[in-house]
Amino acid sequence: MITTIASSVVPEVQTPLRRFVSEFAESKLALAGAALLTFIILIAIFAPFISPQNPYDLAKLDILDSRLAPGEVSSTGAKHLLGTDDQGRDMLSGIFYGLRISLGVGLASTVFAVAIGLTLGMIAAYFGGWVDTLIMRIVDIQLSFPAILIALILLAVLGQGVDKIIVALITVQWAYYARTVRASALVEKQKEYMEAAKVLALSKTRILFRHLLPNCLPPLIVVATVQVAHAIALESTLSFLGLGLPITEPSLGLLISNGFTYLMSGKYWISFYPGVALLLTIMSTNLVADQLRDVLNPRLKK
Amino acid sequence: MIRLQRLFSAAAPLLAVTLVTLIFSSVTTAQTTADKAEKPARARDISIGLQAAITSMDPHYHNIGPNNSILRHIFEALTTYDENGKLTPALAVSWRPINDTTWEFKLRKNVRFHDGSPFTADDVAFSLKRVPNVPNSPSSFATFTKPIIDVTVVDPYTIVFKTASPHVLLPSDMSQVLIVAKAVGEKATTDDYNAGRAAVGTGAYKFVEYTANQRVVVKANYGYWRGEEPWDKITFKMLVNPAARVAALLSGDVEMIETVPTADIAKLEKDKKFALSDKVSNRVIYVHLNQHQNKAPVFMIDKSGKPLEKNPLQDVRVRRALSMAINRDAIVSRVMEGRAVAASQLLADQFFGTSKKLKPTKYDPEGAKKLLAEAGYPNGFAMTIHGPNNRYINDAAIAQTIAQFYAKIGIDVKVETMPSSVYFTRASKLEFSYMVLGWGTESNEQGSALRSLLATYDVAKGMGVTNRGRYSNLAFDKALSEALVTMDDKKREGMIQAAAEMVMGDVGLIPLHYEVSTWATTKALKYSARTDQYTLAMSLKPVGAPSSGAVR
Amino acid sequence: MFSYAIRRLFQSGFVLIAMSFLVFVGVYAIGNPVDLLVNPAADEAEKLRATIAMGLDKPFYAQYLSFLGAASTGDFGRSFVFNIPSLELILQKLPATIELALFAMIIAVTLGIPLGLIAGLKPDSFIGRFIMALSIVGFSLPTFWVGLVLIMVFSVHLGWLPSNGRGETVMLLGVPVSFLTWDGLAHLFMPALNLALFKLSLLIRLTRAGTREALLQDYVKFARAKGLSNTRVIGVHVLKNIMIPIVTVIGLEFGSVIAFAIVTESIFAWPGTGKLLIDSINQLDRPVIVAYLLVIVALFIFINFLVDVVYSLLDPRVRLGASNASGH
Repeated sequence: MITTIASSVVPEVQTPLRRFVSEFAESKLALAGAALLTFIILIAIFAPFISPQNPYDLAKLDILDSRLAPGEVSSTGAKHLLGTDDQGRDMLSGIFYGLRISLGVGLASTVFAVAIGLTLGMIAAYFGGWVDTLIMRIVDIQLSFPAILIALILLAVLGQGVDKIIVALITVQWAYYARTVRASALVEKQKEYMEAAKVLALSKTRILFRHLLPNCLPPLIVVATVQVAHAIALESTLSFLGLGLPITEPSLGLLISNGFTYLMSGKYWISFYPGVALLLTIMSTNLVADQLRDVLNPRLKK
Repeated sequence: MIRLQRLFSAAAPLLAVTLVTLIFSSVTTAQTTADKAEKPARARDISIGLQAAITSMDPHYHNIGPNNSILRHIFEALTTYDENGKLTPALAVSWRPINDTTWEFKLRKNVRFHDGSPFTADDVAFSLKRVPNVPNSPSSFATFTKPIIDVTVVDPYTIVFKTASPHVLLPSDMSQVLIVAKAVGEKATTDDYNAGRAAVGTGAYKFVEYTANQRVVVKANYGYWRGEEPWDKITFKMLVNPAARVAALLSGDVEMIETVPTADIAKLEKDKKFALSDKVSNRVIYVHLNQHQNKAPVFMIDKSGKPLEKNPLQDVRVRRALSMAINRDAIVSRVMEGRAVAASQLLADQFFGTSKKLKPTKYDPEGAKKLLAEAGYPNGFAMTIHGPNNRYINDAAIAQTIAQFYAKIGIDVKVETMPSSVYFTRASKLEFSYMVLGWGTESNEQGSALRSLLATYDVAKGMGVTNRGRYSNLAFDKALSEALVTMDDKKREGMIQAAAEMVMGDVGLIPLHYEVSTWATTKALKYSARTDQYTLAMSLKPVGAPSSGAVR
Repeated sequence: MFSYAIRRLFQSGFVLIAMSFLVFVGVYAIGNPVDLLVNPAADEAEKLRATIAMGLDKPFYAQYLSFLGAASTGDFGRSFVFNIPSLELILQKLPATIELALFAMIIAVTLGIPLGLIAGLKPDSFIGRFIMALSIVGFSLPTFWVGLVLIMVFSVHLGWLPSNGRGETVMLLGVPVSFLTWDGLAHLFMPALNLALFKLSLLIRLTRAGTREALLQDYVKFARAKGLSNTRVIGVHVLKNIMIPIVTVIGLEFGSVIAFAIVTESIFAWPGTGKLLIDSINQLDRPVIVAYLLVIVALFIFINFLVDVVYSLLDPRVRLGASNASGH
């Protein structure tokens, strides 16, 4: 409603960006999601300035303050709103800093994996023949290679670190996108507009990226938004298996997996609050992404 | 209205999680509903949750703790350790050295194998012969039979062993070699043992089923020579995940578990339905310091990232400072939740060859700083601590806590933990500078631990084979070598103690704590905790039952 | 069709060889099994003996070639750890895992597609949004965490379901299965649900997205305009449109469920191949890892082949052996 009024009052400012923003704002829930996501991203960016403690500075931790319940006061007189973990790390600070790492790992790995998967998937579908065969057999191999084995090999060869985990996650995920994209591209390829594009003798790159790509995107966006969350959860699982990030610089996933040990003993806060933070992050990402998909999808245009 | 609904639906996941959390936090405060835990299906059938996979039912195939533990239900050795780590008779009734290189063992009469055939010295001779010849064995028991160069069967109940050099640990070694029946075992392969065809021993239980990576089932051997056991059938389940193991106990799926995660001990202690038992084990958690080369190791640099001029770990003041900076009491009380004992040497005080004079190094961060300054590092340096994360109890947390202590004395410290599959290969290649490790001394005698971990690395002599710090002290080597061949127990103990004092005073390695093994059972059961970390049904009795085990 | 199948089979051979080589190199890079398997107190002579027993004394290429030679006769070597032929070990564990995976997929499909349809047909309703919101929980919480919470609730607190292991099995066509016994089902339910959650969420979201799109397509509008019943429109036209991506994902996920139910099987002590794989990786039991991954690749290739066949059935425009389709 608001959009129609707005656009009818000032039709001349209907730039693509504006149009996009107004379409996006049609859903209040998506707006709320966007607000929450912005808030979370701001926390992640400004974590060093708003955290009560630098949770990565080992000299600031005291093992004697470990596993304090939410609200308890430590030996130094600091109050821990969300309690402390098994090393005496302030949970609130840990979550703020952990957000940075988890978001970074989730986004970076997904962006790269999507880029690789999308390109290879489209190429496979478009060119077919031996190109298709080669790419898809590599996909087969990749999909059968367990994430844990890849992570272990990278750990043994490259050592531990955020960048290695991102590489591991990209390696694990790209094939997945490649296959999804190829499937929808195969369908799109047979449609009339593709035939038309070919008849017009447009360049291959142009056909691939201007015509095929936008039509392959919707199912990919569904998978990708889910996979950002999945990447973060996978990082957590790798941490759970002892293959994740350095334990002195925990991500949300690592905090959850550390707290897992204490789930049954009633010290729920060590994994519960990071879990809530993870859930909020993923929920807001998805609210935004759902709306983005609807707005960007050429076929849902009224 | 619609907005409210939307709001609610957005909040639904949160609500769901909150609900679940409430449920399980109530679980943890309220008593569990595991009523069935109190009365198992049949009172004489029990299930036990184990922490590691059993890789074979062949008693001579793979020398690792979990196998050694479970196979003791079916097979027995000439000697055995009791719950407190004292060597006692089993299939042998007595033994004595005839001279420095000859031992005579008198065997127990009227013992029968599960198939009814009598146990004699021929079975012992056969078992010793089989041990080094098990195809594909990934870790052989030949370590224990190798010193024996000749076996003589004097009569069916007397056997004599000759060794090339004085071998004081022979009676202890004999506790590790399980005796199989010669008649059954002559052509038997590891597959035959796994299938049960050859799994015929003299033990308190008979083989029923073995499924790799899943379970082992045994049933009572009613004619057992020590007397009948209180259980008809025992199912050992492999519950490798610690949380899953505890959950299985809480929900009544098993009546007993081993290696209770330290996080759950306090809760189980409060729960009236369960009983805990624990005992300090023969495993020490310690730190090896890389003293291999004069050049500073890769993971020790100065704070600006430049290499150090020389290896600081070769300086005893640095080693002592690194030991003094660790608050062992805090590790014991907080990380291990009380289930550990601060360590001063390689075995806890009650074991053979340990020195009462050695006390755990006092926590003294100021003193440590001073020592570092004296050694030429007033501003500290930068280093990386390496440790495994799936090998010892809370191993990764221990490494991280040590890092905290070092950060407080001005060392820039990083921590890298990794699965043992990666860790031990790299540690053996001497890639690390500062490595958290553990050592279980099967012989319960400190001499063996000193020999493996601190004697100068020498492949030919078999000394210092696991000395990953490459600590080397010739005076200590000499003292230890002499002690190891001294047949007189009293004299040997004194010599080992002296050697231990020498090497610990020089901080050859940094001992942290001795692990305490913990078992949890339902209230109806009582487990007599063991130093060897074995989980044996023979040590498990119903509450109120007189302890059997008297020799008939 | 036939020549297509032959060609795929031929390619599969190369995939298997490439895979075995990658795993060989990978495991070699991780570490030395001797350091893990030999008792730490053993001397160098004992370590050398174990190294020779496992064939690790030979140079890398010789190890790989002798593996290839043996594998071509169907011998994948004996497990370093268990001394059982690795293929036998895997086949012993595979039925349990396939059963678990099938059950999980059944849960995911029977719940996921209807819920996704509802959410797609009524995107702005309360129930539609509620379904979508709940699906977020399904994929944002790590499996190990959800698994333990399930155990806490259903086994420890309520005491309804057993916390671990596989129930009583009966033989069905020579394969031990547990879903035919009550005890078996009770053991199966929680791990299957745990494993299904992620797939369930994914299916809900894919179905919803596909449905929403389909509803705006001309042929669905047309079908509606023709006065076809709602059930028929949804059942035939909408579902057909959304099937391709869904079949892809089911194919992919079914494979990955079988292959890597590692976490679920560990938490629930389910005696399947996932647990075998993680234990083998932790022990660097190379023969088992290699044999297992080859079995999995073969399985994936087979599933992908099926998926492609299903595509061609669902949508005649997709032709098998698309290699010559690009020519026109």
